[in-house]
Amino acid sequence: MAPPPIVRIEHVTKRFGDYPAVEDVSLDIAANELFALLGPSGCGKTTLLRMLAGFERPSAGRILIGGADMTTVPPNRRPVNMVFQSYAVFPHMTVADNVAYGLRVDGTPAGEIAPRVDAALEMVRLGGYKARMPEQLSGGQRQRVALARALVKRPKVLLLDEPLSALDRKLREDMQLELVRLQHEVGITFVMVTHDQEEALSMANRVAVMDAGRVLQVAAPRTLYENPTHRFVADFIGTMNSFDVEVRGVDGDRARVRHPLLGELEVARAAPHVIGGVLIVRPEKLRLDISGAAVAGEHLIDAVIEQVAYYGDLSFVFVRLDDGTRLQVSRYNVNRVDKGDPPPGTRCRVGVHPEDLLLVDDDG
Amino acid sequence: MLRRGPPPAPLDYTRRWWLRAWLALTFVFLYAPIAILVLFSFNDSRRNIVWQGFTLDYYVKAANNVSLLEAFSNSLVIAALSTVISVVLGGLLALALYRFRFPGRPAVEAANQLPIVVPEICMGVALLVFFAEVGWPRGLPWPLSLSNIVAGHVAFSFPFVAVVVRARLAGFDRAQEEASRDLGASEWQTFRRVTLPYMRPGLIAGGLLAMTLSLDDFVITFFTSGPDTLTFPVKVYSMVRFGATPEVNAASTVLIAITIALTVVAMRLQAPPKAGA
Repeated sequence: MAPPPIVRIEHVTKRFGDYPAVEDVSLDIAANELFALLGPSGCGKTTLLRMLAGFERPSAGRILIGGADMTTVPPNRRPVNMVFQSYAVFPHMTVADNVAYGLRVDGTPAGEIAPRVDAALEMVRLGGYKARMPEQLSGGQRQRVALARALVKRPKVLLLDEPLSALDRKLREDMQLELVRLQHEVGITFVMVTHDQEEALSMANRVAVMDAGRVLQVAAPRTLYENPTHRFVADFIGTMNSFDVEVRGVDGDRARVRHPLLGELEVARAAPHVIGGVLIVRPEKLRLDISGAAVAGEHLIDAVIEQVAYYGDLSFVFVRLDDGTRLQVSRYNVNRVDKGDPPPGTRCRVGVHPEDLLLVDDDG
Repeated sequence: MLRRGPPPAPLDYTRRWWLRAWLALTFVFLYAPIAILVLFSFNDSRRNIVWQGFTLDYYVKAANNVSLLEAFSNSLVIAALSTVISVVLGGLLALALYRFRFPGRPAVEAANQLPIVVPEICMGVALLVFFAEVGWPRGLPWPLSLSNIVAGHVAFSFPFVAVVVRARLAGFDRAQEEASRDLGASEWQTFRRVTLPYMRPGLIAGGLLAMTLSLDDFVITFFTSGPDTLTFPVKVYSMVRFGATPEVNAASTVLIAITIALTVVAMRLQAPPKAGA
């Protein structure tokens, strides 16, 4: 039997006036997960996180943390701690006092505070910075203070609001690895809000993709990428090409569809609820065919190259089909002595394997 | 061909002689009258015009002038009380305006600015009429006899405190309060340990302002004080009417010294704690 979830969100709705920020969301988050809430700005992910922290009260529904109903419990009595987007490090306290704050207001015995503060700072590699004031720290170091300050309280769940958005690119990559390492080390459930799909995919065990207050899909990163259930999810995570098709019939997880250029074919169906919809295929699963050598099982479509974007390790080739559809094809630069990408205007064919096509919900 | 150097960098401007001269003139303009006032308080002359020699006589004389001392202590007590009350009221008002969105908030904010712009003479007359109308008790024992002056001073000083503290709070990251709550602090602990320390420089600056306004206020005090309550500015005014003696200078110098000392203390309190403690 699966262990009970550490966080259970039951049919939670949050309205601000008439505006529904979060609509009927239900989620279970397991202990020791690194869980990401992913979505564009305004999708409700931060509101959901703030409801977990206790800063917002749900208009409807329940929130359970560690099995206890926390729906109306104020933030200072919840077994969760948060790392704020602005870090919110207290500017008038030293690093050590910042980290000790949560223990002091709890009335932790003084003898216990110092070693715990030391351990927390050691964990985020700020051992030598105890006496510094926040203004003497870099953005990355301030974030580590915020992390230590939250972790020293040994919460059941650590909430992170856009933890990496304020850092520059190089630091962000380091911190991604660092956060994953910390999560393994402390064995605390992390719930992270982000709008950055790469961040969510590379860090999280599971990701919930949100749009307009609703959770569209909850899955492991690989599933989200390869088996998105909605057009929005496919679009938001990575790049995709789509074909509008006519669905001829469904049978289990397969569907028969018809497309003017591809003809009639049998493809995988993303989820049982998908009936009408679009066919999607990722750019790296299309093959640009110039020489004319066919690969078994492939459908070949005539096209003209319109534009090429060269990125070094790969090129994005944009082609136009006879019916006007634009496709994006990734072409990996695997040999150093390559003839290069064909110039715009070249006639070519695009190879599509039916197994790489997926029928998803056309949610607009 | 005439070769010009590179355009001056911002800090280079201070190296220009005419700018330095301008700066010096500004300081002379600002401080020469005060310097002369202080200097002539040591003048060994009945009148204040020609330097006759150094003496401390007028400090002794001022210290023995009972009614001057009474006025002086009245002023200090009034300033202390009205400053404390203004800081509390102004700080709370600023906090309310910063934190809450409520109907009529712009009106409250505008009403708060009003005592700052209303001419003092109007405030004075208004307070005079007000105290007469409500029948504010007269002839109370000291220091209750100062209560109407204190009330008048609070009325025009606390808006200044509110404005200063409000400006300070504009830079406050409310996530700090949330972080405090998140870490287990109650509302009150959060206010005392996070919000109040942030407001402190504003409260001190506002308090200094309120104190200065109260100490040297003449018009409003003149209108609100009873016939037998004297404050320092009012007393100095009455003394100067019979000729400005170095005694007045001496008393003023003491007041300046007290003000400067208080300002230094306030600045010290305001300085951020030293790192490495």
